[in-house]
Amino acid sequence: MKTISIDPITRLEGHGKIEIFLDDNGEVANAYVQIPELRGFEKFCEGRAVEEVAHITPRICGVCPEAHHMAGMKTLDAVFKVEPTSTAKKLRRLLYNSFFVSDHTTHFYILAGPDFVVGPDAPVAERNILGVIAKVGLETGGEVIKRRRECNHIVEMLAGRQVHPICGLPGGVSKGLNAEEIAEAKQIAANSLEFAKFSIQLFHDMVLGNTAYKDLILSDMYAHKTYYMGLVDDQNRADFYDGKVRVVDPDGNEFAKFPASEYLEHIGEHVEPWSYLKFPYLKKIGWKGFVEGKDSGIYRTAPLARINASEAMATPLANAELQKFRETLGRTVHATLATHWARLIELMQAAEAMVELTNDPEIGSDDLRNRDLGTPGEGVGIVEAPRGTLIHHYISDENGIAQKVNLIVGTTHNNAPICMSIKRAAQGLIHKNGEISEGTLNKVEMAFRAYDPCFGCATHAIGQTPLIVTVYAPDGSVVAQGRQDPQ
Amino acid sequence: MAKPKVAFYWAASCGGCEIAVLEIHEKLLDVAAQVEIVFWPVAIDAKYKDVEAMEDKSIDVTFFNGAIRSSENEHIAKLLRQKSKIMIAFGSCASEGCIPGLANFYTKDALMDRVFKETPSTTNEEGILPGPETQVAEGKLTLPVLWDHVWPLEDVVDVDYFIPGCSPAPVTVAKAFETILSGNLPPKGSVLGASEVALCEECPRERHDKKVKKFYRPHEIVDDGKTCLMEQGIICAGLATRGGCGHLCINANMPCRGCYGPPPRVKDQGAALLAAIASAVDSNDEEEIKQIMSEIPDIAGLCWRFSLAKCSLVNKPVAAAAQ
Repeated sequence: MKTISIDPITRLEGHGKIEIFLDDNGEVANAYVQIPELRGFEKFCEGRAVEEVAHITPRICGVCPEAHHMAGMKTLDAVFKVEPTSTAKKLRRLLYNSFFVSDHTTHFYILAGPDFVVGPDAPVAERNILGVIAKVGLETGGEVIKRRRECNHIVEMLAGRQVHPICGLPGGVSKGLNAEEIAEAKQIAANSLEFAKFSIQLFHDMVLGNTAYKDLILSDMYAHKTYYMGLVDDQNRADFYDGKVRVVDPDGNEFAKFPASEYLEHIGEHVEPWSYLKFPYLKKIGWKGFVEGKDSGIYRTAPLARINASEAMATPLANAELQKFRETLGRTVHATLATHWARLIELMQAAEAMVELTNDPEIGSDDLRNRDLGTPGEGVGIVEAPRGTLIHHYISDENGIAQKVNLIVGTTHNNAPICMSIKRAAQGLIHKNGEISEGTLNKVEMAFRAYDPCFGCATHAIGQTPLIVTVYAPDGSVVAQGRQDPQ
Repeated sequence: MAKPKVAFYWAASCGGCEIAVLEIHEKLLDVAAQVEIVFWPVAIDAKYKDVEAMEDKSIDVTFFNGAIRSSENEHIAKLLRQKSKIMIAFGSCASEGCIPGLANFYTKDALMDRVFKETPSTTNEEGILPGPETQVAEGKLTLPVLWDHVWPLEDVVDVDYFIPGCSPAPVTVAKAFETILSGNLPPKGSVLGASEVALCEECPRERHDKKVKKFYRPHEIVDDGKTCLMEQGIICAGLATRGGCGHLCINANMPCRGCYGPPPRVKDQGAALLAAIASAVDSNDEEEIKQIMSEIPDIAGLCWRFSLAKCSLVNKPVAAAAQ
């Protein structure tokens, strides 16, 4: 049997590789996405002071440490049985929405944007942020850098540092904002809102206005009928920071809705011997293998899943865009590439929330912490990370020493769906005697780029695509090699 | 003169060091214009071949972030060392093991069992553990081998310079790049981009040489926002940590945990912090000192938070290469 190796795929929580096996007819028989690394946070957080676990776990991922820190501090609230002050919650939300704007901007423009704005078959040298800038203008490129920097500055004002922020305490936060900082944050929020409007317009003009791209998005090759998961507020509107976890079935009907503390009743993790990353599934349906549909426990998280799991967005402009999204694509959307549109709708909600929060008089209050802490015990904290639902679960002894820690991170939820998406894209694109062109490989890559914005953030920016495909004959000899060389 | 050839690689780390490079914003464009990037980011299989095909010492500078946890990490570290004139341990993981190094508190088997068998969300009745080789219906799949320990880079290859931090602050990254591009290089083994003093000396908080009768955990006390955290009884690693980060954690009213490694002339950061804590105790009575110290939770995990993999008190095998 012939093998196609896509190796490496790079991502943030570690490395990855894809193996595609061809059958004797030259058609794709199966595909595997392997994660070749393990850190073991679930073990080595044992024995640590439990409040420190919220500072240790951000080191799981240096691209979304804000998400881990936020999940960690919410878990500490639960461990110490304390409700944060209203101001603390607003400051946390401001930090988190600023992070969402920065992260989603990075993904859309630097990672995914090149595929749509420049084109999936465009020469590699152009299919990067520089190509995007050439197409949409230098001003936009500058805006992307500015948005990132400004939103990261809000994170820094609230949590000291851009990478591995440090402000989380049970019951609140360690730092507030003074008048000068609020004025600055207000301006950044207003800029972010304008940028979100611009980005959505750009998507309409460049992507939805292009029939070929629209066909690509809607192609069966990039679709899976799965369950979808996301946090929602009490009106079933998307919420990145708090709420209940809602799961809808492939037809869009509510399948489950549960508070963080009940996650174990709903989520199981399956182990395969060929990857260090586990495969979550819905426990009440069970692990049925890498198959889609209502009878399989496989579900998805991240922007498309959150949109599907919500009845509405929580802010007016985002909600108006959601209506357009649903008018165009339907109520429950299975097209993986529609994730990019969903991400922009979320970008809008995050920017609108920034404006709302920075104009809230309470944001300048110094009521930063509820110090009425209970005896430490067990707690679960869930937030929506840009890449999916993020679950932290700490069990502390009464002295505040972590006894057990469990973590299910965003990309992990999507592990099985990513494998399935790669297989389907490969099946649709790679055929007997067919040429494995660079554009073909990129279209395989697009299937997982939609899930994992971490992928190749540096590579795309400087014009490399780390996708290497080798075709082996059944005896193991190399019969063809397709590759994308660095520029 | 030809532009210096530069490589970036990450091993066992979180990706934060890669982001740290981006966080110097416009300065990155200046740096990028002055160098030729021959390898960034990491590659695993075929791009190994690219590097393998390079002549020895043909890369001028390799910035290596991440600790050594697996056969793959070690292999690439050695390959890049062979191909590079200057090898830089970039960030805390490569320099001293950092947070991934906390895994050295446990055996690899304990880690694997916890993750794949014991966590409450995992269903694994057959007790499957991922391994180096798996035969699937269509063929064979392979994974790198996880070593039993986490190693700093210098335990596996010769390292020329160190850039500290988890992750290095933008100011450190910018300064380190500047030093390297100037061609005016300090002696081998130097730390680049940081200060030659302890963080305490750069801390803006007031100090009164006050000692304490009790230590508090950050959530047990309200910091006054201006006095030395240690003098308020909140353990802060500033005295046992190299400066140069811009006291970012203290800016957020949180204590330093030591990610910049030991200050100059200190070998074991954890031991230095332990000594600093002991000397902050307001007592001359040995029993009382013991009592106060014993109330500090997880003192090993606190003092060696970022440097356990380098801790001189821990007995570990000589080198990963031996495996």
